[in-house]
Amino acid sequence: MTFLPPELLRILVTVVCAIVIVFGNAVVMGYLERKFAGRFQRRPGPMEVGFHGILQLAVDGVKLVGKQLVIPRHADPVLYRIAPIISFAPSIMPMLVIPFSPKLQGRDFDVGLIFILAVVSLNVLAILIAGWSSNNKYSLLGAMRSVAQNVAYEIPMLLTLMSVILVTGTFSLRGIVEAQTNGIWFVFIMPVAFIIFFAATLAETNRAPFDLPEAESELTAGFMTEFSGMGFSLFFMAEYTYMFIACSLTVILFLGGWQGPPLPFAEYSSALWFFLKVYVLLILMIWIRWTFPRVRFDQLLNFCWKYLVPFALVHLMITAVVLKL
Amino acid sequence: MKEYFALIFTGGKSLIVGMMITLREFFRPIVTVQYPRETLPVSPNFRGHTILIRDEEKEFKHRCISCKMCQRECPSGCIDLAGEKREGVKGMVLVKYHLDFTKCSLCGTCVEVCPTDALDFSDEYRHVGFTREEFHYDLLAKVEEKE
Repeated sequence: MTFLPPELLRILVTVVCAIVIVFGNAVVMGYLERKFAGRFQRRPGPMEVGFHGILQLAVDGVKLVGKQLVIPRHADPVLYRIAPIISFAPSIMPMLVIPFSPKLQGRDFDVGLIFILAVVSLNVLAILIAGWSSNNKYSLLGAMRSVAQNVAYEIPMLLTLMSVILVTGTFSLRGIVEAQTNGIWFVFIMPVAFIIFFAATLAETNRAPFDLPEAESELTAGFMTEFSGMGFSLFFMAEYTYMFIACSLTVILFLGGWQGPPLPFAEYSSALWFFLKVYVLLILMIWIRWTFPRVRFDQLLNFCWKYLVPFALVHLMITAVVLKL
Repeated sequence: MKEYFALIFTGGKSLIVGMMITLREFFRPIVTVQYPRETLPVSPNFRGHTILIRDEEKEFKHRCISCKMCQRECPSGCIDLAGEKREGVKGMVLVKYHLDFTKCSLCGTCVEVCPTDALDFSDEYRHVGFTREEFHYDLLAKVEEKE
């Protein structure tokens, strides 16, 4: 490996790992979602392809790749084509700064948290482009709802993040994890912030019960209505990746990141604890999705402005006062 | 202000109750049937197409005496049967019993009218075919091949 400078090699490995995580997560989550949805409704879920339907997602992937990309006649041809890419491409970037274990991290940015929030918020733009360019009223309505929802829920989310940042004094994700040593995870210190953050991430990732942008019963598929084949599946993968990122952030900020009972080769293998916590949260998201009905739009905004924002503000003030004392 | 916090409390409680309900359902057994591999037992009241009951004690393994009562009573005219006289055999011998299931309305008149109770409904519900001739059943052949 003398012909490759170590820095270039590191970049290559990081990017490959990031892409593997993105696609692997989409497959695992697609399978888990369908299996859990089935079990919650007392069905077995996918059973036909492979043992208990394990290969179902591979078959679905082949089907989606093989499908024609239909472009509606009066759709904006350029924007319509790039919307799924704009949605999917930024979802890989946060993987570069997420600390999976003390040594498994692409780059430890000093502003890692802000980087993730900045990159992830591009998804709203992608949804707006998708809804606008589709030339379809359902798509446009879904996109408008998504923008309103994301703008509203970003506020409580950032306010709770401020509380954490006040305690840790750093935006570096590794620094935040290292501030939670000895089992003093922030979820025990500020459970309210955890709940607000988790509820806000549910809304940010457009998950049920806040899945108004793609409300099946009203808007067919919302902003994704006109997309077929890989256009659709890029949105689909992006959604699961944003869920993964949101849960990773929750784990890093509140659940102690990679920390857990010691393992051999802990500098690398403690990524197991990280993934375990992330998938517990993702399963919790699936559980929530298959339990609660979709909220109405006024309820959605009321919940944000009347409950989450005041509580987050009060929480921030209390944190600041306690830290100053 | 009191209502505001009461709403949070009751709302949060109802969310947890809802989550517990789905969790309980999660661990209860699956109720759907994996159809091609599993099938539900057919109710004894189910009316499939008519068959000749197999009776091992009879010489021709069925009780039909070719009296043609069913053919005469059938409102749809979907039964076509014929019997013949044979040397050394008492009574008529059934040589043909054709049921045109495309016309049959499963009214059961033939089953009721049969003097020797030779007919009964089958429990067959999976009828598949590409031509209408595939639903013209030869009940005599069916009772013979049923060994």
